[in-house]
Amino acid sequence: MAKKEGPPRWDRKMQQRLARGEAAALGELYDRFASLVHGLAHRVLGDERAADGITREVFVHVWEHPDSYDPKQEPLRTWVAALTHRLAVQRLRATETEALTLEGSGTPEELEHRVRRASVAARADYIVQSMPAPLRSALERAYFQRRDYRQTATDLGITEDEARRRLRLGLQLLSTAHDTQAPGAPPGFGGAA
Amino acid sequence: MNGPDRFEEDESDVPDDSGQQAGDPLRIPMPRASVEDSGLPLPEPADLGDAAPPPVRPVLEHPVLKSLLGAWALAACSAEEATAVEQHLGECGACADEARRLREAVGLLQRPESLDLDPGLRTRVLESCLDRRPPRIPVPDWAAAYDAETARLDALLQDFGDAEWHAPVRLRWFRGDEATSRRTTVAGVIAHLLSVDGLVAVALGLDDPMGDVTARQPTPAARTEAYWRASHFPPTRAMRAPWREQSHHLVRTVSFTGSGVGRMPVPYGDFELPLHDAMLDRAFECWVHAEDIADAVDYPYDPPSPRHLHRMIDLAARMLPTALAHRRRTGLAAPARHRHLVAAGEPGRSLRLEIEGSGGGEWLIPLDSPAAKGSAEHEVAHIALDGVEFCRLAAGHVPPQEAAAGQVGDRDAIKDVLFAAASLSRM
Repeated sequence: MAKKEGPPRWDRKMQQRLARGEAAALGELYDRFASLVHGLAHRVLGDERAADGITREVFVHVWEHPDSYDPKQEPLRTWVAALTHRLAVQRLRATETEALTLEGSGTPEELEHRVRRASVAARADYIVQSMPAPLRSALERAYFQRRDYRQTATDLGITEDEARRRLRLGLQLLSTAHDTQAPGAPPGFGGAA
Repeated sequence: MNGPDRFEEDESDVPDDSGQQAGDPLRIPMPRASVEDSGLPLPEPADLGDAAPPPVRPVLEHPVLKSLLGAWALAACSAEEATAVEQHLGECGACADEARRLREAVGLLQRPESLDLDPGLRTRVLESCLDRRPPRIPVPDWAAAYDAETARLDALLQDFGDAEWHAPVRLRWFRGDEATSRRTTVAGVIAHLLSVDGLVAVALGLDDPMGDVTARQPTPAARTEAYWRASHFPPTRAMRAPWREQSHHLVRTVSFTGSGVGRMPVPYGDFELPLHDAMLDRAFECWVHAEDIADAVDYPYDPPSPRHLHRMIDLAARMLPTALAHRRRTGLAAPARHRHLVAAGEPGRSLRLEIEGSGGGEWLIPLDSPAAKGSAEHEVAHIALDGVEFCRLAAGHVPPQEAAAGQVGDRDAIKDVLFAAASLSRM
């Protein structure tokens, strides 16, 4: 699962090092975010090679335009996730539109539906990865391990009240994945980081 | 809204390995299990309200019911509680709205996808980037293998659970002509890499990862043993972060020190290597131990890229003449019947080392003195083996007698070179 968010200092330093043209910084950036980027792209596009392509686009963009990230605005992780999301959804829409034009398969409404569904799924992934670990582990127990909230409370050594609270809060966060996105700024990435 | 509403949901949104659908009333847990096990038909959702009331129906207030919405949406509360919640939803619009949102959110829970990234992707992505915008501070060529190998090992460690971290590993190497080994765990191997990489860190003026721990000698083995001993507990997954941080730090530091510093000596206790070779040596060790780890947990692990493999083989080939001389001094090498010393820099009796496969090449190994020059005219023997096999030999993972090598020429020379290759190995 997600690593703990680094201090903002890491983000700031990284941005400076990238701007300075330090190749070692690019390697560190990749090591920290490649699986996030690739995972989100794969969730949207459902294809390994397409996800590889988006991964390359994302890191090329960050390396070529390090100044387009502002550490004062948001964590680097959030920014990278939003960039990935935008590029992957763009790619999906382009591929689907091409298929629609060439093969006449489906309607524009179906296309929009598929794009939206993939987009929400990727945002949901990101929200789960980024939510506080106590919420995530409660959801994992209740959903994937099918523990009820009392068992979840016992497993995690918390009160039943707290277990109920975590399950509800976790789902509340997750439900923001459905929120309508402003173009280029998916709220899921801002809100849950 | 009454009853557990089945919200619209596409099949593809359901985690296929969970076996049950997210919003499916079948997932309501414990109290209904007996009904399910009985083989009787399940009540229709609409009938739930008519189910026989439990002996003591809990009277639940709005705040409690509200707090139950998450558990209810996940079918993680008791049947009595679910019934109470559902009755409440019919009466309370705010809770009904929230309940619907939360139920929909459950449909978004998905198992994380496998995070196994193609290790080659890193190289390809970084190259694309550096082509588009050449770096002002590049990673030196001789540090690229270390950068790539540490990244590959780190990716292998990414999804390890406790079982993997504590899996037993046997480190193997040669001492004299004897195969030797030492038991540790996956985490212990990372501790080993951390403490030996620390030799390079110290040479560069960085912090020694050993901290206050002192080794009897500044050798890789002594440092490792001291580091292992200093902890009261066996090493854990906590080793990963400091190891990775140090490896990033080393790559970064050598990028700044520039190519001129590549010749700076790095002491290994009983010998030393110039910095550029030390970084290659650490890349080689990182790969070898990553393979040890991968074997221990039964994961596949590929050899380094041909470019990096070639540099590692080249380092071993360059170290062979000194290893041969050491064997002669310690009486391990066969008495050289035909040995004839030549002046430094002059061509001497040589063995042709032909390495097959990607990353391979040919090296002429001077046999009689590290100062002599390898020479095709004075070639007395020729061995040919696969690059990965040669590296396993140099890592002490293949006994020299069993190395799969094609051999022509002076048998003593061949035996000496194979044993000298194995003697390059250490813990």
